[in-house]
Amino acid sequence: MDLGLNEEQEMLRKSARDFLRRECSKQLVRQLDESETGHSPELWLKMAELGWMGLVFPEEYGGDGHNFLDLAILLEEMGYNIVPGPFFSTVVLGGLTVLAAGSEEQKMELLPKIARGEIILSFALTEPAASYSAASIQTKAITRNGEYVIKGTKLFVLNANVADYILCVARTKETKDPEDGITVFLVDARSSGLRCTLLKTLARDKQCEVIFDNVALSERSVVGDKDEGWPIVKDILQKAAVAKCAEMVGGAQATLDMAVNYAKERVQFGRPIGSFQAIQHYCADMAMDVGGSRFVTYKAAWKIAEGLPSALDAAIAKAWVSEAYGRVALRAHQMFGAIGFTMDHDMHLYYRQAKAAEIIFGGADYHRAIVADELGL
Amino acid sequence: MDFRFTEDEEAFRGEVRQWLKQEIPDRWTELDPGIWEETEESWALAREFQRKLGERGWLAPAYPREYGGLELSHMKRLILAEELAYNRSPISIEEEITVNWVGPSVMLFGTEKQKKDYLTRIARGDIIFCLGYSEPNAGSDLASLQTRAVEVGDEYVINGQKTWCSYGHFADYCWLAARTDPDASRHEGISVFIVDMNTPGITVRPLINILNRHSFNEVFFDDVHIPKENLVGEKNKGWYQLMIALDFERSSIGYAAGNQRIIEELVRYAKDTTRNGEPLANDPVIRNELAQLVVENEVGRMMAYRIAWMFSKGLHPSYESSMSMVFVSEVMRHTANAGMRILGHYGELDRDSKWAVINARIMRMCLSSLSIGVGGGSNEIQRNIIAIRGLGLPRK
Repeated sequence: MDLGLNEEQEMLRKSARDFLRRECSKQLVRQLDESETGHSPELWLKMAELGWMGLVFPEEYGGDGHNFLDLAILLEEMGYNIVPGPFFSTVVLGGLTVLAAGSEEQKMELLPKIARGEIILSFALTEPAASYSAASIQTKAITRNGEYVIKGTKLFVLNANVADYILCVARTKETKDPEDGITVFLVDARSSGLRCTLLKTLARDKQCEVIFDNVALSERSVVGDKDEGWPIVKDILQKAAVAKCAEMVGGAQATLDMAVNYAKERVQFGRPIGSFQAIQHYCADMAMDVGGSRFVTYKAAWKIAEGLPSALDAAIAKAWVSEAYGRVALRAHQMFGAIGFTMDHDMHLYYRQAKAAEIIFGGADYHRAIVADELGL
Repeated sequence: MDFRFTEDEEAFRGEVRQWLKQEIPDRWTELDPGIWEETEESWALAREFQRKLGERGWLAPAYPREYGGLELSHMKRLILAEELAYNRSPISIEEEITVNWVGPSVMLFGTEKQKKDYLTRIARGDIIFCLGYSEPNAGSDLASLQTRAVEVGDEYVINGQKTWCSYGHFADYCWLAARTDPDASRHEGISVFIVDMNTPGITVRPLINILNRHSFNEVFFDDVHIPKENLVGEKNKGWYQLMIALDFERSSIGYAAGNQRIIEELVRYAKDTTRNGEPLANDPVIRNELAQLVVENEVGRMMAYRIAWMFSKGLHPSYESSMSMVFVSEVMRHTANAGMRILGHYGELDRDSKWAVINARIMRMCLSSLSIGVGGGSNEIQRNIIAIRGLGLPRK
């Protein structure tokens, strides 16, 4: 057993931290949060030059051939700094789906471009039912004259507003089994009949409503096999949940660091507030939450990287980290008091991140239900 | 990163399991004493089992071979501890304290003669120590202890009162912290001694614990004469020795593994039990509750694994051990309370009832888990350690 990072991972972590501190200031984070696009093409290209977009793609697709655990370590640093933009939707949701299920042609076409930072992907799964179940997929793709026509409304779609391609999960067959008859499509975001509206959200994270109003697609736009798309979705949801946990671990660590530093400096009653046990015990609880979150996340990420069955560990991680990060952020706010309740302070950036991350890909209750299934309950 | 054990380690796990299957006495399983429920009979069974473990070198596997250990790797010790706890082996809490605190302290601070006199006997399971730390007015504030040890000729004479001495009525020796310089500041005048429990002047009086069992004692020292050579380490430096002992490898893996077994029993119960015509396992509230226990216990297990891994890398965790202890203790309390909710009225029944379920383990745990998180440094003291030592928060 080895719970440490290897040399290469340590280097990745350090270079990511240094780069982001330099290139992604909190001022830029705020600007992007407040902007319409939430995307900085300059930062994006610099990240691509560092090899981040292609980190987990094999070399033949223009990537660096790293594994999912390495990606988790990078995401942890991105969460630590907070990096607005379409990295998660492009690399995790889009890139890993194409890598896992795409045809050779699709992989050759898309992955090198993702790796070079040339295209942005978005993943349109959830609908007004706001659920991650197969039964909630009501968007339909019907065949007409040898092509597909998609009709339906996708909601809470990350970064669709800046995407070049949207992976759309649609129903191609009606059967008793809701998991049967789902197909994943690759859609050009400029297709006619496709309308994208930005939603105003708590984390200002550029979620969108995407309406597919009879969007016509060729046969070649099917990713994986027709009617057999649900296993692809399930697989990517599991990876996305763990990847999100990695981001949350970083965010929670940053929150703890900020709070501890403040507790050492802030003086009240003639002494640093960090010398009061009330505050010390808060910090101890936060440190336990961060440490606990980190290792269940690494374990799940390692299992995915090794290709081992990971459903239980992924659900354990998301069930735990979703709530743990929320607790850490809440405690930190309590410690910062009034100053944390301002837009000037950085704390609200982390609190917003914690809330959005808790919900996406299923919250704690959702993942505890998966754990219960895995226990055979 | 690799969360797997090696083939050799897995083989070792198999060997331990096989051995435990043969060696755990049926009578022990029948008595099934939980923590703080030992009786004279179970204590005797445990002593016998501990000696057998000792023969194999598995009682104190970390010790050097010359003292009856195996110098076993940290990972194999983790596996051994996990299997012993999961399989509910007959090992008393005082045995663990003797092996994991007293022994290593003797190794670090003791004289050559003390090492020779005690270590091998500890590793063989021949002697057990009780702790003489707490006093009526020295609990979390241990440094305020008042029991006196006065140097007279070639002896020390001890006077005072200790309390919460677990299994002091069975122990062979007391690992005693006493004040040797009443004029020095509170941390400066404490020393550590080994006291034979048969020495005249020692009176042991029972304290009946919340499970209505005799596990704790008050121990009175009235002019107890002990040889000077029973001082361990440097005179008046005992406090620092006690603090260093806190950093000895103590893993909460045993608690996590034992708790895992109980969660498995609750899961089994939910699958096998029908309430209102429906399996309990279909009740979304109960599913949620059980899943949360599994999640928490896994987080705790990883924390404990991390401690073993840090030791294996030559790192010295200190506050990390506190984190793991606090966390796992709270998971245990949660397990007991969630278990009571799941079992409902059946959770209230003691073992003698024919209606009792899971051998009344949840009801007993509901009581016994109150002590986890209090003994050996309360969770509040552990949180102070995490904050001050781990996060560098100021004392003042």
